[in-house]
Amino acid sequence: MSTAAAAEQRLHSNALSSAWEFVKHHVLTVYALLAFIYLMLPIGIVIAFSFNDPKGRFNYVWSGFTLDNWKNWDGVPGLRSAMVLSLEIALIASLIATALGTLIALALVRYGFRGRGVTNFLIFLPLSTPEIVLGASLLTLFLNLTIVFGFWTILIAHVMFCISFAVVTVKARLIGFDRHLEEAAMDLGANEWATFRRVTLPLIAPALLAALLLCFAISIDDFVVTYFNAGPRTTFPLFVWGAARVGAPPQVNVIGTVIFSVAVIGMVANVLVQMRRERFAAAAD
Amino acid sequence: MTVGENGNPDVRLVDVTKRFDDVVAVDRLSLEIEHGSFYALLGPSGCGKTTTLRMIGGFEQPTEGEIYLGDAEVSSLPAYKRDVNTVFQSYALFPHLSIFENVAFGLRRRSIRGQTLTGQVNEILRLVGLEGMGKRKPSQLSGGQQQRVALARALVNKPRVLLLDEPLGALDLKLRKQMQLELKGIQHDIDITFVHVTHDQEEAMTMADKIAVMNHGRIEQLGTPTELYETPATAFVAGFLGVSNLIPGTVSSSDTVQLRRGPEVRVRPEALQGRTGEVAVGIRPEKIALGEGQSNTLDGTIVEEAYVGVATQYIVETACGRLTVYRQNASPGLNGASPGQRLTLSWSPDSTFVVDSLEGPE
Ligand SMILES: Nc1ncnc2c1ncn2[C@@H]1O[C@H](COP(=O)(O)OP(=O)(O)O)[C@@H](O)[C@H]1O
Ligand SMILES: [Mg+2]
Repeated sequence: MSTAAAAEQRLHSNALSSAWEFVKHHVLTVYALLAFIYLMLPIGIVIAFSFNDPKGRFNYVWSGFTLDNWKNWDGVPGLRSAMVLSLEIALIASLIATALGTLIALALVRYGFRGRGVTNFLIFLPLSTPEIVLGASLLTLFLNLTIVFGFWTILIAHVMFCISFAVVTVKARLIGFDRHLEEAAMDLGANEWATFRRVTLPLIAPALLAALLLCFAISIDDFVVTYFNAGPRTTFPLFVWGAARVGAPPQVNVIGTVIFSVAVIGMVANVLVQMRRERFAAAAD
Repeated sequence: MTVGENGNPDVRLVDVTKRFDDVVAVDRLSLEIEHGSFYALLGPSGCGKTTTLRMIGGFEQPTEGEIYLGDAEVSSLPAYKRDVNTVFQSYALFPHLSIFENVAFGLRRRSIRGQTLTGQVNEILRLVGLEGMGKRKPSQLSGGQQQRVALARALVNKPRVLLLDEPLGALDLKLRKQMQLELKGIQHDIDITFVHVTHDQEEAMTMADKIAVMNHGRIEQLGTPTELYETPATAFVAGFLGVSNLIPGTVSSSDTVQLRRGPEVRVRPEALQGRTGEVAVGIRPEKIALGEGQSNTLDGTIVEEAYVGVATQYIVETACGRLTVYRQNASPGLNGASPGQRLTLSWSPDSTFVVDSLEGPE
């Protein structure tokens, strides 16, 4: 082989391999970008259409930018009260579910008692049972007990399906908990309550916060179970469903956008706090 | 301070037994710990040291028996009502609190606030050599520093008794040696009773005034380091504390033992303690001389020689089995003994002890 030909071939294979390198480096980027778009496109559309000025009752076709929907966010009859009800239920249900869930998790992790295995299993049931079944059986239960449907039935239903999430979240944290820390607190003169307040609680607080947020998110968005047990009351998801049958007002997109933004802001704040804490810890060295 | 002013020991265990299901962790154990002493519980892993300590601290209830702190029976009191503090093996520092708050934890529980609190915390931090570290979090300290925080956190409460469960176990050898001496010094300065759990015989001997050697949930022997080393009462103690040569034999008079495959040797009558029949005679390796000169003798052949710095170790094959002999390297070059050489070993009756059987530590 002549030197020139060899050089040319080397050049050729160089070009090939660098092209391959390029693909190798960027295929993941492209893939990630596509996946991201796939995830974000619907949300983007929801946000965009909160600024739409629809002609007619349906907010499906872009027909001009306006801020009216935002200024008049409760301009649709029933929307405000549905939103207030949803917030109330979500707040109270997540508080109750997290409190009860924490106690259940403590019992399950800390104490060997008769029926622990069964309890562990029962806690998982609501997570694995289809919501439609949960909703329908709760309906039957409430009917049999002749309970008046409304705020309380919704709340009971939401606490029920939230509790499992709270238990699972807090349990994970408790399993890695060093019991010597509690013994050390008692050794230093803290009684059971002081030990819980000064040592146990601060150390499992991140899990409690996570459980609260998780329960809140699940509750505020629940449709199926609520539909069965709401009686005459209307939560935000029920309102949207009802409204969609006769035309969806853009205000629904406004509320959706707000909920999404609150979640994103919460997440960003969390990350910032973590970063600050790490930097602070590093600075203290 | 709540000194044993009425003459009661600081800690007293009376026939304490602790069973976990079918495991007997502590077996009818009785002990008394005098005020101001540095008391070590020494024994192999699983012999019940930690369980004993946890019962004194209030983290386990005895199945049977009584526990006294001073003159109060405390076995049903929770940990937070006992005037003792513990240094945990894992340190158990509160990760969410600063060093200052870790140390202040016990004081705050007793409603000590403000200047008094700050003063006491800073003073104890200075005592353990951690001045100015109060703002850090436990995760920002080295293992040795965390160990000191755990010590400070317990000591700042000025307890009647300080319990330490293998407190130096996680430190490297050099730091461990240094901390042994420091701990001993601190104990001396503050006059608090220390109960120290360890499986390291050297650590126990370095630090403790009194050592209780434990085995299978019971105390095999209690004594000062010197007593335990010079006159071990059982083969287990002889083997657990240092190296010893044990030779089986039969008591032949009030101060002689006929070795099973060797000569008759002399022992002190106190060492025999009225034993008859089968016994084992024990001699520490450094108390055997290479050559004649002492009244107990045994012929043998050197089979191994190992230079270990301060001493040279010889393994000598005799009619009674292999014996280990140390010879101090006091002056260099002065050797004269090498493998293959036949010689006579000799030792004094005064440095001969007698134990019951030949069961060493398992
Ligand atoms: N919580 C417990 N449950 C069951 N067995 C235990 C428990 N704690 C200790 N034991 C058993 O008791 C014995 C003594 O343990 P421990 O006091 O920890 O020994 P040491 O500290 O001397 O190593 C061991 O056999 C151990 O397995
Ligand atoms: Mg132990």
